[in-house]
Amino acid sequence: MSENHMTSHEGESHGSYGSYIVGFVLAVILTVASFATVLSKAFSFWQTIAILGVLAAIQVVVHLIFFLHMGVKSLSQRHNLAAFIVTALMVLIVIAGYLFVLWDAQMNMMPS
Amino acid sequence: MSYDTMHAPVAHSEEHEHHQQETTIFGFWVYLMTDCIIFGTLFAVFATLCHHFAGGPTGKELFDIKNVEIETAILLLSSITYGFASINAHKKNKGAVLVWLLLTFILGVSFVTLEIKEFHELVARGAGPDQSAFLSSFFTLVGTHGLHVTIGLIWMFVLFFQIMGKQGLSSRMQTKLTCLSLFWHFLDIVWICVFSFVYLGSVV
Repeated sequence: MSENHMTSHEGESHGSYGSYIVGFVLAVILTVASFATVLSKAFSFWQTIAILGVLAAIQVVVHLIFFLHMGVKSLSQRHNLAAFIVTALMVLIVIAGYLFVLWDAQMNMMPS
Repeated sequence: MSYDTMHAPVAHSEEHEHHQQETTIFGFWVYLMTDCIIFGTLFAVFATLCHHFAGGPTGKELFDIKNVEIETAILLLSSITYGFASINAHKKNKGAVLVWLLLTFILGVSFVTLEIKEFHELVARGAGPDQSAFLSSFFTLVGTHGLHVTIGLIWMFVLFFQIMGKQGLSSRMQTKLTCLSLFWHFLDIVWICVFSFVYLGSVV
């Protein structure tokens, strides 16, 4: 029983060769897609920025799951997840707030 | 938790030790989250100032995307090599841990070298942090990441020799390795945002 517990614990928080390789391949595909989007010049400025944002967000999630072993299976994983969600929210407020305030200031300071 | 009552005191103390390790790792995780806020703020600053060129060169003129591709590949590879070191640490496979750590270390050093070279070339071209608000925020953000990688490398260097020494792969050493693994993978996540928004975003 203890043996069983140990193996399930290993699987959760240390990963395996397979999971690292899957994460690595996904990360490579997403990275190449990002560079190709920009270098191909196939999209307009805002389209490119939007695609970069989506690809980066997906890659961050891939890294969190396959390299940082985030999940909901064990209690410690859930603690990490909770701390992460709070942080992500704070960062989002900082960045969105910054951009909103600046955008607003720029609009108000426009001549005429 | 119910199963540990059925085991001998040895199992009980192991459980206690395991609990302590998890607390240490969670503490380190909380530190990483505060680091996340530092980087979030620096990204916000960069987003604000990225068009303030003060008549100086723009990112489009300065950034060498080929170099960024190589840096990205190096960091990504170093993430997986560290991952393999962690797997072997758990299997108590000391030799393999040292080999993978060494590979990760070499990749990390090449990354920092490329970054220093890039910074040096920028400054030599007159595009130093004093040139414009854009370049100040660029150097602060990318430099902070580079400084983190450098500190990670010093940490890795120390751990390498500690593992070679008497302690080997004790459970305390495994906790240290796990903390460094979180740190290292976290820096790779920051780098995703750096190459996407700072470099690629500037050359669109």
